[in-house]
Amino acid sequence: MTLAKSGRPVSEVTLDALRAGDVDIEDVRIHPQTLEIQAQIAEEHGNPQLAANFRRAAELALLPDSLVMGIYEALRPRRSTREDFEAVAADLEARGAVLNAALVREAAGIYLERGLLR
Amino acid sequence: MTVDEREPRQPIGRFRFMDQQRVNLDGFAVEDASLGLIAFDSPADPQPSLSIVDGRVVEMDFRAAAQFDIIDTFISVHGLDLGVAAEAMAIDNLAFARMIVDLGTSRAEVVRLAAGMTPAKLAQVLALLRPAELVIAMTKCRARRTPSNQAHVTNRSDDPLLLAADAATAAAFGFREIETTVPVLGDAPSNAIAVSIGAAVASRGILVQCSVEEALELEMGMRGLVSYAETVSLYGTEQIFIDGDDTPWSKAFLTSAYASRGIKMRVTSGGGAEALMGSAEGRSMFYLEARCVALARAIGSQGVQNGGIDSASVAGAVPGGVRSLMAENLMVMLRNLEACTGNDALMSESDVRRTSRTHPIFIGGSDFICSGFGSIQRYDNMFGPSQWNAEDIDDFLAMQRDWGVDGGLRTAAEPHVAALRQRAVEAVRDVYRILGLGDFTEAWMAQAVDAAGSKDVPDADLMTPLTASRLIRDTNVTMLDVVLALDEAGYEIEAERLLDMLHARVHGDYLQTAAIFTEDMEVLSLVTDPNDYAGPGTGYVPTPQRQAEIDAIRQERSVEDLRVEQGSYRSAALTAVGPATAGHDPRDVVIGLSPAAGRAIWRTLSGLTVTQALDELLAGLEEEGCVGRIVRVNDTIDLGLIGLTAARMAGSGIGIGLQAKGTALIHRRDLTPLANLELYSVAPSLTRASYRQMGINAGRHAKGATPEPERNPYSDEAIEARYHTTVVSLVAIERQWCGPTARPELMSLEGVAP
Repeated sequence: MTLAKSGRPVSEVTLDALRAGDVDIEDVRIHPQTLEIQAQIAEEHGNPQLAANFRRAAELALLPDSLVMGIYEALRPRRSTREDFEAVAADLEARGAVLNAALVREAAGIYLERGLLR
Repeated sequence: MTVDEREPRQPIGRFRFMDQQRVNLDGFAVEDASLGLIAFDSPADPQPSLSIVDGRVVEMDFRAAAQFDIIDTFISVHGLDLGVAAEAMAIDNLAFARMIVDLGTSRAEVVRLAAGMTPAKLAQVLALLRPAELVIAMTKCRARRTPSNQAHVTNRSDDPLLLAADAATAAAFGFREIETTVPVLGDAPSNAIAVSIGAAVASRGILVQCSVEEALELEMGMRGLVSYAETVSLYGTEQIFIDGDDTPWSKAFLTSAYASRGIKMRVTSGGGAEALMGSAEGRSMFYLEARCVALARAIGSQGVQNGGIDSASVAGAVPGGVRSLMAENLMVMLRNLEACTGNDALMSESDVRRTSRTHPIFIGGSDFICSGFGSIQRYDNMFGPSQWNAEDIDDFLAMQRDWGVDGGLRTAAEPHVAALRQRAVEAVRDVYRILGLGDFTEAWMAQAVDAAGSKDVPDADLMTPLTASRLIRDTNVTMLDVVLALDEAGYEIEAERLLDMLHARVHGDYLQTAAIFTEDMEVLSLVTDPNDYAGPGTGYVPTPQRQAEIDAIRQERSVEDLRVEQGSYRSAALTAVGPATAGHDPRDVVIGLSPAAGRAIWRTLSGLTVTQALDELLAGLEEEGCVGRIVRVNDTIDLGLIGLTAARMAGSGIGIGLQAKGTALIHRRDLTPLANLELYSVAPSLTRASYRQMGINAGRHAKGATPEPERNPYSDEAIEARYHTTVVSLVAIERQWCGPTARPELMSLEGVAP
């Protein structure tokens, strides 16, 4: 049985439930645990990078859309200072998104070397 | 006189004629490595190397870590399987090239080793494969066993009704992914909804994307308005990557962002892009693409759309460029990723060249043969014309049938598509009304249902999609709202189908490599449908049902179909009146008919009826003062013998043989069956005038003159391709009416005395 991010079994997210006004967008969002399972499957099928992606995604699954879109924007060339990146990374860590925090810190280091900071 | 003072000489006619052919509209470039106008092996391409110290890459492809650009860095940190790297990099290039093609070496083993190879290494290996080897390698190495195909559905007006009708049409023809885009960026959300509804009208499980700027595309994905993404571009040089306003880290994050919402995603790259943008660093297109593909794997994308894409014609302009496009696709497969194999932007004005470019991939099979088959007309494709377009759907279906190959498409009957288009248009109208997004006139709707393209929809209002899109964003419309609106309007099936697509995001199974949905919402992917090709008798075989879809194109005809069609021209004008006897009047010319004439075949291949041909023959004879008699010869279907039999019964010794399909000849009683006086062999091109002239000539022969033979009408058309299948059927019908002992019969033609 697959649970949505809301914790509701996906089998309960029916047209009847929708008609009754009883379905939220969180009921059609993927659960981090499901992404972890998909990561394990990807690993078993010879793609550890896809698995790593799913594990970063599992962390992001819990974050609001606006925050995710904001971090993407921050990672584009010359959008952020080192301090900006450190703040983003710290915030991600505080939310338990340690893999993504590491990615942001890694980017900050490279961006400094390659002149891609703001 | 010096050479310079001479009048410039005009090229000879042969070259003037050749210059006019469409292929000469294409640009062909002299290879120039400094500009990146080189397919493989530029002098500036690095040799492969990999040095690992304490689990870290310190040198890759003869560049030290301190000199790495952002692409090298990301690949070296995330992209290589360092556990297998030493083994993989030590393998001789030719030896690995042979492993790729060797059917005794499994895909899994090839993929395992490729994971430890640097971009330069894989680039050198794949440059060794010749075209036929690329086909075998693709057959073996693609991720998913079952091939598929992707459609573009767009139009110049972003007309939601036409988008929905065309999306339904694309799904009816078998496409499992539909990509739309916009001429007007603000229209994107409306397009996404319209295409999703149209696709759902025709089938379950169609994946839909709307290709726009990265951030907006992600936003639409988060609202559930699209079910996959593809426009996440990677480039092979740092400068172009940054010009594209991204870095490998931002793309890696974006990749995870999609997965975090349960949305399938692949990246886009393609040889020639860097040369086109003027920053190829002197590298070959293939080496730069090898970097893109390694990066795609490194950032965790499940797949890649490549094979030139927008720059396919740049690759096509240099020697070996088309081969390099296919090798790019194969490289994606070797990196164990989904391959969406280009055949997207039109790379040639020549039908021959564009077919040649696609064909090896078509017969080898890939996860998506086209990363955008323009299912709409060329002029409506807002990506620009595709390699394959609505103009070519029947060609593609015929090619599938010719080779017995599954290219992902299926035939669709006109009444079925008409009904789907009607329903799609009404569904969009109702959903837009319920959600308050816009209204549509009856005339607009009727035009959209019938339209072959947006030029056929003059009533489309360009403001409607723009207003709708603003409202979608302002009022935060999600796919759940669309599902509910569909249900409220009575489209419960479509509502369920779109809800299924939202469920799919929760399950996450279609995030795995090369996933598509069947019409039963079963996921086919590297995980559930792995390619197991290992030589003849293995790998993908269409099910009998699928094979029937490939074979049964709507244009095929059986003998029975022909019989029914002939029956619609049935006429009582030509009837048998009794046994035929020999004539003695020197003016007597006999027209011998084939056995099925007036029984089962009434219409010749030219469209004239048999009686019309007879009328002209008789009139021509009359002009020469002769009298024609019509006799049906029943013991042979051979036109020579029919003509000779007629000649032997004629008082003049001259006979005309006329097959019911229209082929005719003039014969004389003393000739052998295969010799004749005049043969009118191209029946489909014969006219009333031809038969009249034949009657005249036969009359002149009867009078002992030597008329100038009538020339067969000339044509450069593939007359045989057009009529040979019909001829086979008509001959079969003739044979049914032919009896070895059946006697000739005298015939009467209405209005003419026998």
